Amino acid sequence: MRATIHALHCRRLWHPDPTQADGLAWAATSIDLNSANLIEIDHVTFGYDASRTILHDVTLSFGRGKVTSILGASGCGKTTLLRLIGGISRADRGRVIFDGETIDARDASQLMRLRRRMGMLFQFGALFTDLSVFENVAFPIREHTDLPEPLIRDLVLMKLNAVGLRGAAHLRISEVSGGMARRVALARAIALDPELIMYDEPFAGLDLISMGVAANLIRTLNDATASTSLVVSHAAPECMAISDYVILMASQGRIVAQGAPKELMDSTDPEVRQFVRGEPDGPVKFHYPAQPLAEDFGLAAGSPA
Amino acid sequence: MMSLAALGARALRVLQALGHAASFFVDLLRATPAALRRFDLVVAQIHAIGNLSLTIILASGLAVGFVLALQMYYALVTYGATESLGLIVNLSLVRELGPVVAALLFAGRAGTSLTAEIGLMKAGEQIAAMEMMAVDTRSRVLAPRFVGGMVSMPILAILFSTIGILGAWVVAVLLIGVDAGNFWSIMQDRVDVWRDVGNGVVKSFVFGIICTAVALYQGYETSATPEGVAYATTRTVVVSSLSVLGMDFILTALMYSTP
Repeated sequence: MRATIHALHCRRLWHPDPTQADGLAWAATSIDLNSANLIEIDHVTFGYDASRTILHDVTLSFGRGKVTSILGASGCGKTTLLRLIGGISRADRGRVIFDGETIDARDASQLMRLRRRMGMLFQFGALFTDLSVFENVAFPIREHTDLPEPLIRDLVLMKLNAVGLRGAAHLRISEVSGGMARRVALARAIALDPELIMYDEPFAGLDLISMGVAANLIRTLNDATASTSLVVSHAAPECMAISDYVILMASQGRIVAQGAPKELMDSTDPEVRQFVRGEPDGPVKFHYPAQPLAEDFGLAAGSPA
Repeated sequence: MMSLAALGARALRVLQALGHAASFFVDLLRATPAALRRFDLVVAQIHAIGNLSLTIILASGLAVGFVLALQMYYALVTYGATESLGLIVNLSLVRELGPVVAALLFAGRAGTSLTAEIGLMKAGEQIAAMEMMAVDTRSRVLAPRFVGGMVSMPILAILFSTIGILGAWVVAVLLIGVDAGNFWSIMQDRVDVWRDVGNGVVKSFVFGIICTAVALYQGYETSATPEGVAYATTRTVVVSSLSVLGMDFILTALMYSTP
Protein backbone atom coordinates (compact mmCIF):
# COMPACT_ATOMS: atom_id res chain seq x y z
CA MET A 1 0.00 0.00 0.00
CA ARG A 2 2.81 2.33 0.95
CA ALA A 3 4.50 1.69 -2.40
CA THR A 4 1.33 2.57 -4.30
CA ILE A 5 0.91 5.74 -2.31
CA HIS A 6 4.52 6.59 -2.92
CA ALA A 7 4.19 6.12 -6.67
CA LEU A 8 1.20 8.44 -6.76
CA HIS A 9 3.08 10.95 -4.69
CA CYS A 10 6.08 10.87 -6.97
CA ARG A 11 3.98 11.68 -10.01
CA ARG A 12 2.72 14.78 -8.26
CA LEU A 13 6.01 15.83 -6.78
CA TRP A 14 7.91 15.67 -10.04
CA HIS A 15 5.61 18.26 -11.50
CA PRO A 16 4.91 20.77 -8.75
CA ASP A 17 2.94 23.71 -9.94
CA PRO A 18 4.22 27.03 -8.58
CA THR A 19 0.94 28.62 -9.59
CA GLN A 20 -0.61 26.70 -6.71
CA ALA A 21 1.13 29.08 -4.34
CA ASP A 22 -2.21 30.57 -3.48
CA GLY A 23 -3.68 27.16 -2.85
CA LEU A 24 -2.77 27.05 0.78
CA ALA A 25 -6.18 25.83 1.70
CA TRP A 26 -5.30 22.67 -0.18
CA ALA A 27 -7.74 19.90 0.72
CA ALA A 28 -6.40 17.88 3.58
CA THR A 29 -6.81 14.26 2.62
CA SER A 30 -4.35 12.75 5.05
CA ILE A 31 -4.05 9.00 4.93
CA ASP A 32 -4.46 7.43 8.32
CA LEU A 33 -2.75 4.07 8.36
CA ASN A 34 -3.19 3.87 12.09
CA SER A 35 -5.18 6.08 14.38
CA ALA A 36 -2.64 5.88 17.23
CA ASN A 37 -0.19 8.70 17.94
CA LEU A 38 3.23 8.40 16.37
CA ILE A 39 4.94 10.52 19.01
CA GLU A 40 4.13 11.16 22.62
CA ILE A 41 5.84 13.63 24.88
CA ASP A 42 5.22 12.50 28.42
CA HIS A 43 5.85 15.05 31.20
CA VAL A 44 9.15 16.15 29.68
CA THR A 45 11.37 18.66 31.43
CA PHE A 46 14.57 19.84 29.78
CA GLY A 47 17.21 22.57 30.11
CA TYR A 48 20.55 23.01 28.36
CA ASP A 49 21.96 23.86 31.77
CA ALA A 50 20.66 23.56 35.30
CA SER A 51 19.95 27.27 35.63
CA ARG A 52 17.65 27.59 32.62
CA THR A 53 14.66 25.33 32.02
CA ILE A 54 13.55 25.35 28.39
CA LEU A 55 10.68 22.88 28.66
CA HIS A 56 8.85 22.29 31.92
CA ASP A 57 6.63 19.24 32.36
CA VAL A 58 5.40 19.23 28.76
CA THR A 59 2.91 16.59 27.69
CA LEU A 60 1.88 16.40 24.04
CA SER A 61 1.03 13.87 21.37
CA PHE A 62 1.37 13.99 17.60
CA GLY A 63 -1.07 12.07 15.47
CA ARG A 64 0.18 9.58 12.93
CA GLY A 65 -0.24 10.76 9.37
CA LYS A 66 -1.06 14.32 10.41
CA VAL A 67 0.60 17.65 9.79
CA THR A 68 1.02 19.22 13.22
CA SER A 69 2.35 22.74 13.55
CA ILE A 70 3.89 24.13 16.70
CA LEU A 71 3.65 27.89 16.86
CA GLY A 72 5.16 30.04 19.54
CA ALA A 73 7.48 32.89 20.38
CA SER A 74 11.23 32.57 19.91
CA GLY A 75 12.91 30.73 22.75
CA CYS A 76 9.81 28.91 23.96
CA GLY A 77 11.34 25.51 23.25
CA LYS A 78 9.88 24.55 19.86
CA THR A 79 13.21 23.59 18.29
CA THR A 80 14.29 21.91 21.53
CA LEU A 81 11.20 19.74 21.30
CA LEU A 82 12.27 18.56 17.84
CA ARG A 83 15.79 17.89 19.11
CA LEU A 84 14.38 15.78 21.92
CA ILE A 85 12.28 13.76 19.47
CA GLY A 86 15.35 13.27 17.28
CA GLY A 87 17.42 12.18 20.26
CA ILE A 88 19.95 15.00 19.75
CA SER A 89 19.19 16.12 23.30
CA ARG A 90 18.07 14.03 26.25
CA ALA A 91 15.17 14.93 28.51
CA ASP A 92 16.08 15.65 32.12
CA ARG A 93 12.76 14.17 33.19
CA GLY A 94 9.91 12.45 31.39
CA ARG A 95 9.78 10.34 28.26
CA VAL A 96 9.72 10.90 24.52
CA ILE A 97 7.97 7.98 22.84
CA PHE A 98 8.29 7.32 19.12
CA ASP A 99 5.93 4.70 17.70
CA GLY A 100 5.56 3.07 21.11
CA GLU A 101 9.29 3.05 21.87
CA THR A 102 10.82 5.32 24.49
CA ILE A 103 13.74 7.19 22.94
CA ASP A 104 16.95 6.78 24.90
CA ALA A 105 19.53 9.30 23.68
CA ARG A 106 22.28 7.17 25.29
CA ASP A 107 21.38 4.10 23.22
CA ALA A 108 23.26 4.73 19.97
CA SER A 109 21.94 1.67 18.15
CA GLN A 110 18.33 2.51 19.00
CA LEU A 111 18.85 6.09 17.89
CA MET A 112 20.36 5.00 14.57
CA ARG A 113 17.44 2.62 14.00
CA LEU A 114 14.77 5.18 14.82
CA ARG A 115 16.46 8.05 13.00
CA ARG A 116 16.31 6.07 9.77
CA ARG A 117 12.59 6.62 10.02
CA MET A 118 12.94 10.36 10.56
CA GLY A 119 13.96 13.33 8.45
CA MET A 120 14.69 16.79 9.74
CA LEU A 121 14.95 20.17 8.11
CA PHE A 122 17.24 22.23 10.32
CA GLN A 123 16.60 25.86 11.10
CA PHE A 124 19.66 27.04 9.16
CA GLY A 125 19.73 24.22 6.62
CA ALA A 126 22.89 22.52 7.95
CA LEU A 127 24.00 21.78 4.41
CA PHE A 128 27.43 20.31 3.80
CA THR A 129 29.34 23.24 2.38
CA ASP A 130 32.04 21.09 0.79
CA LEU A 131 29.47 19.29 -1.37
CA SER A 132 27.37 20.46 -4.30
CA VAL A 133 23.60 20.82 -4.19
CA PHE A 134 23.28 17.44 -5.91
CA GLU A 135 25.68 15.71 -3.50
CA ASN A 136 23.93 17.17 -0.46
CA VAL A 137 20.63 15.60 -1.49
CA ALA A 138 22.38 12.39 -2.53
CA PHE A 139 24.20 12.14 0.82
CA PRO A 140 21.57 10.21 2.83
CA ILE A 141 20.79 8.01 -0.17
CA ARG A 142 24.44 7.08 -0.63
CA GLU A 143 24.89 6.50 3.12
CA HIS A 144 21.91 4.21 3.54
CA THR A 145 21.42 2.43 0.23
CA ASP A 146 23.47 0.60 -2.36
CA LEU A 147 21.46 1.97 -5.26
CA PRO A 148 23.21 2.24 -8.63
CA GLU A 149 24.42 5.69 -9.62
CA PRO A 150 21.80 6.27 -12.38
CA LEU A 151 19.00 5.58 -9.90
CA ILE A 152 20.54 7.87 -7.29
CA ARG A 153 20.76 10.56 -9.94
CA ASP A 154 17.09 10.16 -10.83
CA LEU A 155 16.00 10.19 -7.18
CA VAL A 156 18.02 13.29 -6.40
CA LEU A 157 16.72 15.13 -9.45
CA MET A 158 13.15 14.21 -8.48
CA LYS A 159 13.62 15.64 -5.01
CA LEU A 160 15.29 18.75 -6.38
CA ASN A 161 12.51 19.14 -8.91
CA ALA A 162 9.99 18.99 -6.10
CA VAL A 163 11.60 22.06 -4.53
CA GLY A 164 12.16 23.72 -7.89
CA LEU A 165 15.93 23.39 -7.94
CA ARG A 166 16.60 20.68 -10.50
CA GLY A 167 18.49 23.23 -12.56
CA ALA A 168 20.69 24.15 -9.60
CA ALA A 169 21.92 20.61 -8.99
CA HIS A 170 25.45 21.40 -10.10
CA LEU A 171 25.89 24.53 -7.97
CA ARG A 172 28.11 24.71 -4.89
CA ILE A 173 26.36 25.53 -1.62
CA SER A 174 28.27 28.83 -1.52
CA GLU A 175 26.64 29.73 -4.85
CA VAL A 176 23.01 29.42 -3.73
CA SER A 177 20.98 32.03 -1.88
CA GLY A 178 19.69 31.54 1.66
CA GLY A 179 16.19 30.70 0.45
CA MET A 180 17.54 28.24 -2.11
CA ALA A 181 19.70 26.63 0.55
CA ARG A 182 16.63 25.98 2.67
CA ARG A 183 14.92 24.35 -0.28
CA VAL A 184 17.97 22.16 -0.83
CA ALA A 185 17.83 21.21 2.84
CA LEU A 186 14.16 20.40 2.40
CA ALA A 187 14.97 18.14 -0.56
CA ARG A 188 17.63 16.41 1.52
CA ALA A 189 15.26 15.92 4.46
CA ILE A 190 12.77 14.11 2.24
CA ALA A 191 15.38 12.21 0.24
CA LEU A 192 14.57 8.85 1.81
CA ASP A 193 10.84 9.46 2.27
CA PRO A 194 10.94 9.18 6.06
CA GLU A 195 7.90 8.29 8.17
CA LEU A 196 8.36 11.37 10.31
CA ILE A 197 9.51 14.66 8.86
CA MET A 198 10.38 17.47 11.23
CA TYR A 199 10.56 20.95 9.78
CA ASP A 200 12.31 23.57 11.86
CA GLU A 201 11.28 26.96 10.48
CA PRO A 202 10.71 25.74 6.91
CA PHE A 203 9.46 29.11 5.71
CA ALA A 204 12.21 31.33 7.11
CA GLY A 205 14.06 33.22 4.42
CA LEU A 206 11.77 32.09 1.59
CA ASP A 207 10.18 34.47 -0.86
CA LEU A 208 6.39 34.44 -1.15
CA ILE A 209 6.29 32.06 -4.12
CA SER A 210 8.74 29.63 -2.53
CA MET A 211 6.84 29.83 0.74
CA GLY A 212 3.60 28.83 -0.94
CA VAL A 213 5.28 26.01 -2.83
CA ALA A 214 7.05 24.79 0.32
CA ALA A 215 3.80 24.85 2.28
CA ASN A 216 2.02 22.87 -0.42
CA LEU A 217 4.96 20.51 -0.62
CA ILE A 218 4.82 19.74 3.11
CA ARG A 219 1.12 18.98 2.85
CA THR A 220 1.48 16.97 -0.36
CA LEU A 221 4.42 14.96 0.93
CA ASN A 222 2.64 14.17 4.14
CA ASP A 223 -0.45 12.86 2.43
CA ALA A 224 1.15 11.12 -0.49
CA THR A 225 3.72 9.23 1.54
CA ALA A 226 1.45 8.70 4.56
CA SER A 227 4.13 10.27 6.68
CA THR A 228 3.76 12.41 9.78
CA SER A 229 4.94 16.01 9.76
CA LEU A 230 5.87 18.32 12.58
CA VAL A 231 6.29 21.93 11.57
CA VAL A 232 7.88 24.42 13.92
CA SER A 233 7.34 27.92 12.63
CA HIS A 234 6.40 31.51 13.24
CA ALA A 235 4.49 31.68 9.97
CA ALA A 236 0.99 31.32 11.40
CA PRO A 237 -1.05 31.78 8.17
CA GLU A 238 0.93 29.15 6.27
CA CYS A 239 0.83 26.70 9.18
CA MET A 240 -2.87 27.21 9.72
CA ALA A 241 -3.50 26.55 6.04
CA ILE A 242 -1.67 23.25 5.78
CA SER A 243 -2.00 21.74 9.26
CA ASP A 244 -4.42 19.22 10.65
CA TYR A 245 -3.56 20.24 14.16
CA VAL A 246 -1.89 23.28 15.66
CA ILE A 247 -0.24 23.69 19.05
CA LEU A 248 0.43 27.12 20.47
CA MET A 249 3.39 27.09 22.83
CA ALA A 250 4.56 29.73 25.29
CA SER A 251 7.63 30.10 27.46
CA GLN A 252 9.01 26.88 29.03
CA GLY A 253 6.83 24.81 26.72
CA ARG A 254 3.54 25.85 28.31
CA ILE A 255 0.75 24.86 25.97
CA VAL A 256 -1.48 27.87 25.40
CA ALA A 257 -3.95 26.07 23.19
CA GLN A 258 -4.15 23.22 20.73
CA GLY A 259 -6.66 22.02 18.23
CA ALA A 260 -7.74 22.20 14.62
CA PRO A 261 -6.66 25.40 12.84
CA LYS A 262 -10.24 26.63 12.53
CA GLU A 263 -10.87 26.22 16.25
CA LEU A 264 -7.84 28.32 17.04
CA MET A 265 -8.67 30.94 14.45
CA ASP A 266 -12.16 31.29 15.91
CA SER A 267 -10.95 31.36 19.50
CA THR A 268 -11.81 34.40 21.58
CA ASP A 269 -9.07 33.71 24.15
CA PRO A 270 -6.84 36.82 24.17
CA GLU A 271 -3.60 34.79 24.32
CA VAL A 272 -4.63 32.63 21.37
CA ARG A 273 -5.71 35.68 19.40
CA GLN A 274 -2.37 37.33 20.06
CA PHE A 275 -0.51 34.30 18.77
CA VAL A 276 -2.65 33.77 15.72
CA ARG A 277 -2.70 37.43 14.70
CA GLY A 278 0.84 38.24 15.76
CA GLU A 279 -0.14 41.18 17.92
CA PRO A 280 2.77 42.79 19.81
CA ASP A 281 0.76 43.55 22.95
CA GLY A 282 -1.27 41.06 24.89
CA PRO A 283 -0.86 38.40 27.51
CA VAL A 284 2.44 37.27 25.95
CA LYS A 285 5.10 39.88 26.69
CA PHE A 286 7.52 41.00 24.00
CA HIS A 287 10.20 41.99 26.51
CA TYR A 288 12.39 39.49 28.32
CA PRO A 289 11.81 39.84 32.09
CA ALA A 290 13.86 42.78 33.38
CA GLN A 291 13.92 45.35 36.14
CA PRO A 292 11.93 48.54 35.49
CA LEU A 293 13.28 50.69 32.65
CA ALA A 294 13.70 53.72 34.96
CA GLU A 295 16.00 51.74 37.25
CA ASP A 296 18.24 50.62 34.38
CA PHE A 297 18.62 54.18 33.13
CA GLY A 298 19.05 55.67 36.61
CA LEU A 299 15.80 57.66 36.42
CA ALA A 300 14.07 56.15 39.41
CA ALA A 301 13.39 58.36 42.43
CA GLY A 302 16.37 58.41 44.74
CA SER A 303 18.82 57.06 42.18
CA PRO A 304 22.14 58.93 41.88
CA ALA A 305 22.09 61.68 39.27
CA MET B 1 38.29 24.82 53.94
CA MET B 2 36.70 26.58 51.00
CA SER B 3 39.95 26.59 49.05
CA LEU B 4 40.33 22.86 49.74
CA ALA B 5 36.84 22.26 48.38
CA ALA B 6 37.66 24.38 45.32
CA LEU B 7 40.85 22.42 44.78
CA GLY B 8 38.93 19.15 45.05
CA ALA B 9 36.29 20.37 42.61
CA ARG B 10 39.01 21.41 40.18
CA ALA B 11 40.74 18.04 40.47
CA LEU B 12 37.43 16.30 39.82
CA ARG B 13 36.84 18.44 36.73
CA VAL B 14 40.30 17.58 35.40
CA LEU B 15 39.71 13.87 36.02
CA GLN B 16 36.32 14.11 34.35
CA ALA B 17 37.85 15.82 31.30
CA LEU B 18 40.57 13.18 31.09
CA GLY B 19 38.01 10.40 31.32
CA HIS B 20 35.93 12.07 28.64
CA ALA B 21 38.95 12.42 26.35
CA ALA B 22 39.92 8.79 26.95
CA SER B 23 36.40 7.64 26.16
CA PHE B 24 36.47 9.72 22.96
CA PHE B 25 39.78 8.13 21.96
CA VAL B 26 38.43 4.62 22.54
CA ASP B 27 35.36 5.45 20.41
CA LEU B 28 37.69 6.77 17.72
CA LEU B 29 39.66 3.50 17.71
CA ARG B 30 36.43 1.51 17.55
CA ALA B 31 35.25 3.53 14.56
CA THR B 32 38.55 3.08 12.70
CA PRO B 33 37.76 -0.32 11.07
CA ALA B 34 34.56 1.16 9.60
CA ALA B 35 36.58 4.03 8.14
CA LEU B 36 39.08 1.62 6.60
CA ARG B 37 36.22 -0.11 4.79
CA ARG B 38 35.48 3.20 3.05
CA PHE B 39 38.99 3.88 1.95
CA ASP B 40 38.02 6.64 -0.48
CA LEU B 41 37.21 8.83 2.55
CA VAL B 42 40.61 8.07 4.07
CA VAL B 43 42.39 8.84 0.79
CA ALA B 44 40.63 12.21 0.61
CA GLN B 45 41.84 12.98 4.13
CA ILE B 46 45.40 11.85 3.41
CA HIS B 47 45.33 14.39 0.59
CA ALA B 48 43.89 17.14 2.79
CA ILE B 49 46.09 16.44 5.79
CA GLY B 50 49.23 15.09 4.18
CA ASN B 51 49.62 16.45 0.65
CA LEU B 52 48.55 19.94 1.61
CA SER B 53 51.11 19.99 4.45
CA LEU B 54 53.97 19.14 2.11
CA THR B 55 55.03 22.69 1.37
CA ILE B 56 55.59 23.72 4.98
CA ILE B 57 57.16 20.37 5.89
CA LEU B 58 59.62 20.38 2.97
CA ALA B 59 60.51 24.05 3.35
CA SER B 60 61.09 23.66 7.09
CA GLY B 61 63.07 20.44 6.63
CA LEU B 62 65.34 22.12 4.12
CA ALA B 63 65.90 25.12 6.37
CA VAL B 64 66.62 22.92 9.38
CA GLY B 65 69.09 20.89 7.31
CA PHE B 66 70.89 24.06 6.17
CA VAL B 67 71.21 25.48 9.68
CA LEU B 68 72.08 22.15 11.30
CA ALA B 69 74.94 21.54 8.85
CA LEU B 70 76.28 25.04 9.36
CA GLN B 71 76.14 24.93 13.15
CA MET B 72 77.63 21.43 13.32
CA TYR B 73 80.42 22.42 10.96
CA TYR B 74 81.33 25.41 13.15
CA ALA B 75 81.43 23.16 16.21
CA LEU B 76 83.26 20.21 14.64
CA VAL B 77 85.87 22.14 12.68
CA THR B 78 87.43 23.27 15.98
CA TYR B 79 88.21 19.64 16.81
CA GLY B 80 89.01 18.60 13.25
CA ALA B 81 86.04 16.23 13.25
CA THR B 82 84.15 17.50 10.22
CA GLU B 83 84.06 13.98 8.78
CA SER B 84 81.40 13.21 11.43
CA LEU B 85 79.14 15.99 10.14
CA GLY B 86 76.95 13.71 7.98
CA LEU B 87 76.46 11.27 10.85
CA ILE B 88 75.48 13.92 13.40
CA VAL B 89 73.07 15.62 11.01
CA ASN B 90 71.51 12.30 10.05
CA LEU B 91 71.06 11.03 13.61
CA SER B 92 69.73 14.39 14.80
CA LEU B 93 67.16 14.43 12.03
CA VAL B 94 65.95 10.83 11.93
CA ARG B 95 65.96 10.30 15.70
CA GLU B 96 64.67 13.63 17.02
CA LEU B 97 64.25 16.67 14.81
CA GLY B 98 62.42 14.94 11.98
CA PRO B 99 59.63 13.39 14.08
CA VAL B 100 59.37 16.22 16.61
CA VAL B 101 59.58 19.29 14.38
CA ALA B 102 57.39 17.66 11.74
CA ALA B 103 54.82 16.85 14.46
CA LEU B 104 54.87 20.44 15.76
CA LEU B 105 54.39 21.73 12.22
CA PHE B 106 51.71 19.12 11.64
CA ALA B 107 49.84 20.31 14.76
CA GLY B 108 50.06 23.89 13.51
CA ARG B 109 49.05 23.22 9.93
CA ALA B 110 46.83 20.12 9.82
CA GLY B 111 45.72 19.99 13.48
CA THR B 112 44.26 23.48 13.51
CA SER B 113 42.61 22.83 10.17
CA LEU B 114 40.94 19.68 11.51
CA THR B 115 39.77 21.40 14.69
CA ALA B 116 38.35 24.37 12.83
CA GLU B 117 36.65 22.16 10.25
CA ILE B 118 34.98 19.89 12.81
CA GLY B 119 34.17 22.84 15.08
CA LEU B 120 32.50 24.74 12.25
CA MET B 121 30.63 21.63 11.16
CA LYS B 122 29.31 21.45 14.70
CA ALA B 123 28.49 25.17 14.80
CA GLY B 124 26.69 24.89 11.44
CA GLU B 125 24.71 21.87 12.73
CA GLN B 126 26.23 19.66 10.03
CA ILE B 127 27.23 17.13 12.68
CA ALA B 128 23.71 17.17 14.14
CA ALA B 129 22.26 16.87 10.61
CA MET B 130 24.36 13.78 9.92
CA GLU B 131 23.33 12.25 13.23
CA MET B 132 19.69 12.93 12.38
CA MET B 133 20.27 11.11 9.09
CA ALA B 134 21.35 8.09 11.18
CA VAL B 135 24.92 8.54 10.00
CA ASP B 136 27.54 7.66 12.59
CA THR B 137 29.67 10.80 12.62
CA ARG B 138 32.57 9.02 14.33
CA SER B 139 32.87 6.56 11.47
CA ARG B 140 31.95 8.99 8.71
CA VAL B 141 33.70 12.19 9.83
CA LEU B 142 36.20 11.56 12.61
CA ALA B 143 37.73 8.15 11.88
CA PRO B 144 38.76 8.88 8.25
CA ARG B 145 40.56 12.00 9.46
CA PHE B 146 42.15 10.03 12.29
CA VAL B 147 43.48 7.38 9.91
CA GLY B 148 44.54 10.09 7.46
CA GLY B 149 46.58 11.77 10.20
CA MET B 150 48.12 8.50 11.39
CA VAL B 151 49.21 7.60 7.86
CA SER B 152 50.36 11.08 6.85
CA MET B 153 52.48 11.95 9.88
CA PRO B 154 55.22 9.26 9.49
CA ILE B 155 55.47 9.99 5.77
CA LEU B 156 55.79 13.71 6.45
CA ALA B 157 58.46 13.05 9.10
CA ILE B 158 60.44 10.84 6.68
CA LEU B 159 60.23 13.54 4.02
CA PHE B 160 61.26 16.18 6.56
CA SER B 161 64.38 14.17 7.52
CA THR B 162 65.21 13.33 3.90
CA ILE B 163 65.02 16.90 2.67
CA GLY B 164 66.90 17.99 5.81
CA ILE B 165 69.77 15.63 5.01
CA LEU B 166 69.80 16.88 1.42
CA GLY B 167 69.89 20.45 2.72
CA ALA B 168 72.80 19.59 4.98
CA TRP B 169 74.59 17.98 2.01
CA VAL B 170 74.11 21.18 -0.04
CA VAL B 171 75.63 23.33 2.72
CA ALA B 172 78.35 20.93 3.88
CA VAL B 173 79.50 19.41 0.60
CA LEU B 174 78.62 21.96 -2.08
CA LEU B 175 79.14 25.20 -0.17
CA ILE B 176 81.69 24.43 2.56
CA GLY B 177 83.58 21.67 0.79
CA VAL B 178 83.29 18.76 3.23
CA ASP B 179 84.28 15.52 1.48
CA ALA B 180 81.19 14.01 -0.14
CA GLY B 181 82.40 10.43 0.28
CA ASN B 182 82.92 10.99 3.98
CA PHE B 183 79.54 12.68 4.33
CA TRP B 184 77.62 9.69 2.92
CA SER B 185 79.82 6.73 3.91
CA ILE B 186 79.79 7.48 7.66
CA MET B 187 76.00 7.59 7.52
CA GLN B 188 75.86 4.21 5.80
CA ASP B 189 78.29 2.80 8.33
CA ARG B 190 76.87 4.15 11.59
CA VAL B 191 73.14 4.73 11.06
CA ASP B 192 71.09 1.66 11.87
CA VAL B 193 67.90 1.28 9.84
CA TRP B 194 65.83 -0.24 12.65
CA ARG B 195 67.31 1.43 15.72
CA ASP B 196 67.59 4.92 14.29
CA VAL B 197 65.33 5.29 11.27
CA GLY B 198 62.77 2.73 12.48
CA ASN B 199 62.43 4.28 15.91
CA GLY B 200 62.06 7.71 14.34
CA VAL B 201 59.20 6.40 12.23
CA VAL B 202 57.58 4.80 15.30
CA LYS B 203 57.87 8.13 17.11
CA SER B 204 56.24 10.02 14.28
CA PHE B 205 53.44 7.44 14.11
CA VAL B 206 52.74 8.00 17.83
CA PHE B 207 52.91 11.76 17.34
CA GLY B 208 50.47 11.44 14.43
CA ILE B 209 47.99 9.65 16.68
CA ILE B 210 48.40 12.28 19.41
CA CYS B 211 48.12 15.34 17.16
CA THR B 212 45.17 14.03 15.15
CA ALA B 213 43.23 12.73 18.16
CA VAL B 214 43.76 16.00 20.05
CA ALA B 215 42.67 18.06 17.04
CA LEU B 216 39.54 15.99 16.48
CA TYR B 217 38.64 15.98 20.18
CA GLN B 218 39.01 19.73 20.45
CA GLY B 219 36.89 20.26 17.35
CA TYR B 220 34.20 17.79 18.37
CA GLU B 221 33.88 19.09 21.90
CA THR B 222 34.09 22.78 21.12
CA SER B 223 31.22 25.05 22.03
CA ALA B 224 29.47 25.89 18.78
CA THR B 225 30.36 29.59 18.66
CA PRO B 226 33.08 31.59 16.84
CA GLU B 227 34.91 32.12 20.16
CA GLY B 228 34.55 28.43 20.96
CA VAL B 229 36.13 27.41 17.66
CA ALA B 230 38.94 29.94 18.07
CA TYR B 231 39.65 28.71 21.60
CA ALA B 232 39.57 25.06 20.49
CA THR B 233 42.02 25.78 17.65
CA THR B 234 44.46 27.38 20.06
CA ARG B 235 44.11 24.51 22.50
CA THR B 236 44.86 22.06 19.71
CA VAL B 237 48.27 23.62 19.11
CA VAL B 238 49.09 23.96 22.81
CA VAL B 239 47.95 20.50 23.91
CA SER B 240 49.40 18.73 20.85
CA SER B 241 52.77 20.47 21.14
CA LEU B 242 53.17 19.79 24.86
CA SER B 243 52.02 16.19 24.43
CA VAL B 244 54.48 15.64 21.58
CA LEU B 245 57.38 17.07 23.57
CA GLY B 246 56.50 15.05 26.67
CA MET B 247 55.96 11.85 24.72
CA ASP B 248 59.22 12.39 22.83
CA PHE B 249 61.15 12.35 26.09
CA ILE B 250 59.43 9.13 27.20
CA LEU B 251 59.94 7.41 23.84
CA THR B 252 63.58 8.50 23.62
CA ALA B 253 64.23 7.12 27.11
CA LEU B 254 62.60 3.83 26.16
CA MET B 255 64.19 3.47 22.72
CA TYR B 256 67.75 4.56 23.39
CA SER B 257 68.27 3.55 27.04
CA THR B 258 70.94 1.03 25.99
CA PRO B 259 74.00 2.36 24.17
